[in-house]
Amino acid sequence: MFLTFFYELRKGGVPVTLREYLTLIEAVVAGVAGYSVDHFYYLSRSALVKDERHIDRFDRVFAQVFQGLEGAGGSVEEVLAQIPEEWLRKLAERLLTEEEKAQIEALGGFEKIMETLRRRLAEQKERHQGGNKWIGTAGTSPFGAHGYNPEGVRIGQTESRHRRAVKVWDKREFRNLDDSVELGTRNIKIALRRLRRFAREGAASELDMDDTIRSTAHHGGMLDIRMRPERHNKVKVLLCLDVGGSMDDHVGMCEELFSAARAEFKHLEHFYFHNCPYEALWKDNRRRHDEALSTWDVIHTYPPDYKLVFVGDASMSPYEITYPGGSVEHWNKEAGSVWLQRMLQAWPHAVWLNPVPRESWRWTESVAIISRLMEGRMFPLTLEGLDQAMRELNR
Amino acid sequence: MKFQGTESYVATEDLMVAVNAAITLQRPLLVKGEPGTGKTVLAQEVAHAIGRPLIQWHIKSTTKAQQGLYDYDAVSRLRDSQLGDPRVHDISNYIVKGKLWEAFEAPEAPVLLIDEIDKADIEFPNDLLLELDRMEFHVYETRQTIKARQRPIVIITSNNEKELPDAFLRRCFFHYIRFPEREVMQRIVDVHFPNVRQDLVREALTLFYDLREVPGLKKKPSTSELLDWIKLLMAEDLTPEQLRASDARSVIPPLHGALLKSEQDVHLFERLAFLARRDGR
Repeated sequence: MFLTFFYELRKGGVPVTLREYLTLIEAVVAGVAGYSVDHFYYLSRSALVKDERHIDRFDRVFAQVFQGLEGAGGSVEEVLAQIPEEWLRKLAERLLTEEEKAQIEALGGFEKIMETLRRRLAEQKERHQGGNKWIGTAGTSPFGAHGYNPEGVRIGQTESRHRRAVKVWDKREFRNLDDSVELGTRNIKIALRRLRRFAREGAASELDMDDTIRSTAHHGGMLDIRMRPERHNKVKVLLCLDVGGSMDDHVGMCEELFSAARAEFKHLEHFYFHNCPYEALWKDNRRRHDEALSTWDVIHTYPPDYKLVFVGDASMSPYEITYPGGSVEHWNKEAGSVWLQRMLQAWPHAVWLNPVPRESWRWTESVAIISRLMEGRMFPLTLEGLDQAMRELNR
Repeated sequence: MKFQGTESYVATEDLMVAVNAAITLQRPLLVKGEPGTGKTVLAQEVAHAIGRPLIQWHIKSTTKAQQGLYDYDAVSRLRDSQLGDPRVHDISNYIVKGKLWEAFEAPEAPVLLIDEIDKADIEFPNDLLLELDRMEFHVYETRQTIKARQRPIVIITSNNEKELPDAFLRRCFFHYIRFPEREVMQRIVDVHFPNVRQDLVREALTLFYDLREVPGLKKKPSTSELLDWIKLLMAEDLTPEQLRASDARSVIPPLHGALLKSEQDVHLFERLAFLARRDGR
């Protein structure tokens, strides 16, 4: 009955299955929807979408299939038409540095850029990639996404790739996005759950049925109740987070990880460092200079059964790791690599989580050095990487 | 037997369609949404509206799927055997029925609420797949199969703390309760407090939606908090003018304890209030 709809949904990234489709048909036959389009929409949404993250995709496909709208909300013109120029300019003024503003002048000023963009949009009718004039992806024209031109205007790309473009307008900002942050932490919690290790410790407060039966039989039928302690997650984690500098880009992700870990582990200690751990770590970034802890003290405080997790982008000058005095903020007597090795010796179960995508690692020398020091136990800070890291820690 | 909302519960149209689909096809309905948007109350209201008994099963982190079916009370049997009680020979004396069994046995199909299913272990929903699908289960101790006389209307709520397995989701209808728009909220407040002064509600709603817009809040206040707050405002007999006046002076609304539940949020507001005062000077 609605086969096109079904296949379009699957194409649109809504994970519907045959069973759900049959449920929908059954409901339609049973007359749940009546004869109203609205009710049919509600019914099919309720039957086919099982996750609020997919509702937006579902809505788009629904509109496309049942109202014949072509490529709902897809064309650049449509998006551009919705953006008032005033708004664009304000945003640009806020985002740009003086230097960048000067660069814009190179192309004849902001008005000129917007003017040219509008003209090009009018000329261009199809999707475009490469080249140096048309608006598309991966070219050197100032307009489009994933390109490289200091005066670039980015279209339809969520984040800056070269950190150079003037302005992003992603049409998705105009839509209601669901609570993806919370979803993030939940997924992280599930990944962290791999690290659970249950043990029975403390007061015996739970009835041990098997042992009671065994012991009762053993005593010739005299009831002998056996108790045992409850199960607890006894994994202990030492979390060391890189803060400041290049890590600013990844603050959101690290916060998610941190709050998920907070909720998941009972024994969690966290410390901060900058770029590379040296002779001092700190627990509070606001008072890092008065309340720094000696790394030796930390090493002596926590027993070796703690699992050590570093979170950092490992992107710095190689000197900061390999040479004494290489730190960017103070004079360190011993090189970062020495301290890193000391910590790895103290806690043999260790991993390094890197928020920078794995493909970019080989472009930075220091990532390779740290990875070597970690004996290859560096994982990207993605769900998959987290999962692998937890497996590694469980070995 | 259609659910249309009740005099104490405002149901949006999409919610009604979802509930009616679940009732008609006798499939479970999974309800998600922000805390405090009336997920649990929905089951009570559905039961009330269609005149069926309500059986509530509240899930905790220690709840096992088996406990919803039945429990075998081995300890009592052991004790009875020590005392020579004749009941000991019949094992069915020691089978304690769970909520699902209760629901299956009821003479009239009840509404079964499985509340906060995400609190339980990850495997919990998987363990209930067959039971919710076929509405039957097997009791190993007595070798009998319990089958539902009538399929109960199952309403399941989740707070999104865990991802639910796909196989489980495929068997349910799903509804996500969005945070109510202002007009819907107005209706909700009217339903709960028919005698409240309208201008007070208008002021309170404005303050409330402004509050939700404040960036960085740990826990945004939701419908149930708003209702509590309005109840408090009525009890304290505040006038809309007082509400507005306090708004101008500080950012923190009066009786904010009902709205802000985390001390970090209260601190945030105190900082904002401080900034507002400083700017005002």
